[in-house]
Amino acid sequence: MGVVRTTNAIGLTKADYGGRKSTLCPGCGHNSISNQIITAAYELGINPHTVVKMSGIGCSSKSPAYFLSRSHGFNGLHGRMPSAATGAVLANRHLTAIGVSGDGDTGSIGLGQFKHMVRRNLPIVYIVENNGVYGLTKGQFSATADLGQTIKKIGTNDLPPIDICLEALAADATFVARSFSGSVKEVVELLKAALHHNGTAVLDIISPCVTFNNSPDSTKSFAYGKEHANPLHDITFIPLADEIILDDYEEAEADGKKPREVQLHDGTWIRLRPLAMDYDPTDKMAAMRVLEEAHLRQELLTGLIYYDNSRPTMIDSLQIVDTPLALLSEAQMRPSREALERVMASL
Amino acid sequence: MSLLETKTAEQQAQGHPIVNDFSIVAATVNGSGSQTANGVILRALFKMGIPVSGKNLFPSNIKGLPTWYWIRVSKDGYLGRQEHPAVLVAMNMATVAEDVAGVVPGGVVFYPDDWRIEFGRDDLVFYPMPVKSLLKDVDVAPRLRDYIENMVYVGAVAAVLGIPLEYIREAVSFFLGGKEKAIKLNMDVVEAAYRHFREHLPKRDLYSVEPMDKTDGLILIDGNTAGALGAVFGGVSVVAWYPITPSTSLIDALRDYLALLRRDPETGKATYAIVQAEDELSAVGIVLGAGWAGARSMTATSGPGISLMAEYAGLGYSAELPGVIWDVQRVGPSTGLPTRTSQADLMFVYFLSHGDTRHVVLLPGNMEECFEFGWRAFDLTEYLQTPVFVLSDLDLGMNIWMSRKFDYPDEPINRGKVLTKEDLDRIQSFARYKDVDQDGIGYRTLPGTDHPMAAYFTRGTGHDEYANYSERPEDYFENARRLLRKHNTARKIVPKPVIEHDGCREAIVCYGSVEPAIVEARDILRDRYGREYDYMRIRALPLSPEVFDFVAAHDRIYVVENNMEGQLRQIMMIEMPEHAARMVSVAHLDGLPLTANFVVEGVLEQEGK
Ligand SMILES: Cc1ncc(C[n+]2csc(CCOP(=O)(O)OP(=O)(O)O)c2C)c(N)n1
Ligand code: SF4
Ligand SMILES: [Mg+2]
Repeated sequence: MGVVRTTNAIGLTKADYGGRKSTLCPGCGHNSISNQIITAAYELGINPHTVVKMSGIGCSSKSPAYFLSRSHGFNGLHGRMPSAATGAVLANRHLTAIGVSGDGDTGSIGLGQFKHMVRRNLPIVYIVENNGVYGLTKGQFSATADLGQTIKKIGTNDLPPIDICLEALAADATFVARSFSGSVKEVVELLKAALHHNGTAVLDIISPCVTFNNSPDSTKSFAYGKEHANPLHDITFIPLADEIILDDYEEAEADGKKPREVQLHDGTWIRLRPLAMDYDPTDKMAAMRVLEEAHLRQELLTGLIYYDNSRPTMIDSLQIVDTPLALLSEAQMRPSREALERVMASL
Repeated sequence: MSLLETKTAEQQAQGHPIVNDFSIVAATVNGSGSQTANGVILRALFKMGIPVSGKNLFPSNIKGLPTWYWIRVSKDGYLGRQEHPAVLVAMNMATVAEDVAGVVPGGVVFYPDDWRIEFGRDDLVFYPMPVKSLLKDVDVAPRLRDYIENMVYVGAVAAVLGIPLEYIREAVSFFLGGKEKAIKLNMDVVEAAYRHFREHLPKRDLYSVEPMDKTDGLILIDGNTAGALGAVFGGVSVVAWYPITPSTSLIDALRDYLALLRRDPETGKATYAIVQAEDELSAVGIVLGAGWAGARSMTATSGPGISLMAEYAGLGYSAELPGVIWDVQRVGPSTGLPTRTSQADLMFVYFLSHGDTRHVVLLPGNMEECFEFGWRAFDLTEYLQTPVFVLSDLDLGMNIWMSRKFDYPDEPINRGKVLTKEDLDRIQSFARYKDVDQDGIGYRTLPGTDHPMAAYFTRGTGHDEYANYSERPEDYFENARRLLRKHNTARKIVPKPVIEHDGCREAIVCYGSVEPAIVEARDILRDRYGREYDYMRIRALPLSPEVFDFVAAHDRIYVVENNMEGQLRQIMMIEMPEHAARMVSVAHLDGLPLTANFVVEGVLEQEGK
């Protein structure tokens, strides 16, 4: 008599997507995000060996050790993960890259690499676990900390915050989303959509640092997120296999709010049922405006902020062969003896 | 004045003709398009069978500042820099006084005939060139006028030194890619100048060239092109870079040759990727990320870029990531002299990054080695699973050298210890950093390997054999010791030194581009001073066992290098403290390649000290 195991489409259990035991503080928002990555990957039936987990340095950047143990991980340098991820994806274009970074890692030391990665539209799911502080170095303000915020022992922050989503938009990002680590379903659905996006998917996820920045008046605190998270829409990722169920349409129209569908490059869909407003995520000017307005009102507006599947990715633009560059044969890598003779004769 | 040049001057004083043994300098204004003219003269001489080398002394400037092109013509095959030219083509009024003052006694000066200046040397032969009037008769677009002016001196030099016009024509055609119209335009000017000199200006000097047979089967090339070709034949697949002199032309050559040689025959798609990164931090990150994921990857940079790469170099060392990094050295510190050569990055690169790091550094000394180390670096970096640096310099990289044709790689590509899915099926457990073979090199898996055991977590933080985070003192210590063991494995497989051991008690030691100066200096020391020295050119760090043996076998070692502090000597002293007292530094840096004269005087001065 066997134990009944629940498995996904490729026959793996959820435990197969797990990682090592987390060493982050209990209650840290980053741990929830790790769990949501596990759920998304499990439910999508992703082959763990096709994933690479890339990260920089910080509490957030440690977290890839705590999910998807069957995927290769690369915990590199502070702020420089985008370049290593770029190299890895260039070496093997069939890998699915998940990048995990922090607000310090992305917004301060790594802002340059971040923006250039976005600008190149590298295929990657790029998650910023945003807590407004440098957790790992014990609570200094990061570049996303609130203006005028005071933290004991650290002082008052007198600089305006950098908005990761706005920076991404300004760099011509093709997928921009914001969420809150406590909004489990929203994060999972956004992750699923991001994992199906062909290009850079930026997920700015407010992820409270319960040890250094969790006072309720901080916009990065758990209480603030719970109270103020204002979803633009209810988001559902619809994989290829599932048809869009017409019932839903009718139901939706009954309450007067027509859902929007956005199709991804591989034929899958994202369905957005309006909540905060009837919002079109393909309108870039609208995206900029809602972000600015939310910022002025210190409002935590969440959901799919912007989506564009028309821009070529870095891999598309380079016109490289389908075979991963890491797996070329000797004949593909080393031109012939005659080729060298021809070159020598031309000099 | 160098000893050889003194000798030349003596011959001159005695009225002997001087054939195939002098330097020509063209002093021009940067951006005036003199490159083709200089290249034509160099190539024509080379095709006449005469050994030559070409050095461009250029400013860090796009247009307007002075630039000098040196051509060494040497029947004996000496290719190093000379301190004084015998033939000056003065095209830059701003530097003419200084330029003329530098010419050897009895030398030759060509200058535009509309200059109204006093040269102040009555020991030289002056040839006025009617640049403006010759150009009047040629139909040339105004925007090409500056450029085509330079062809006047090509014709003048050819007429006076005796370069047959067919060699000039062939060289012009080579540089203009066989384009008939352009060739005719250029040759019209060359021939007009040539005729003018032959008809109106009888030869009054003693310098000339004559055909030889010393360049048969050889090529002319620069080290950056040679290195790029090496990389192409080494299977480079990912290139990331950020522009910086003097490394940019290496990437330019890579781009050209990859486009030519690395396309998929069926789809026409590239089997490589080149990315111009936003800076060198990113360039090296891309290289090491790609190396980690299994592609042969490289970057090329110079001092300021190497400084930025320091943190990643440490990650590469500790997380054991392959990747090839070319440093085409220029003069530092800081921006330094961006267009001048040095060998002053050796120490920094060897120990690049914080903590206990020691890198593998290849030290090519000529064109064939730029090519060979260009491909070999990939086998080494993948086999050793650590970044491999190739230290070239501006003199090697951007100047023109004669070379034997390059040999096709004589070994198949070696991708090192990589476990496939099938390998993993056969073993019980996989520990990424376990020293299975006792050579310090573990086995790795590539991301994407379809096996539940394949994955591991690469990190710059402390780790155990299974790549798990560890702060245990024993884990750190054992891992660091294994990395040193790996360094010692590298010692045995990096290129061995070139050694000429004839039983002398004293020896000259060097690395890289200073070899031509030493070859010439050793002949002078023997012929004029009766002093003989053994010779060793080191070709890699860590130092091979042969280097230790060589040092132990000599009483005195003169370490010649193009930097201020004698960095190679310092590394040798660190590695062989017991022999430190026998190592004498002959080091100098002013931005120019070392000369034979400097080496002779440097060694003689230290003799008996
Ligand atoms: C070059 C460099 N400078 C400084 C540090 C120290 N450091 C480690 S983590 C960190 C900040 C991390 O903040 P964040 O990215 O927001 O991650 P969190 O810990 O908040 O998740 C800093 C400054 C470092 N590792 N490397
Ligand atoms: S310090 Fe903050 S960010 Fe770091 S693990 Fe603890 S709660 Fe999380
Ligand atoms: Mg943070």
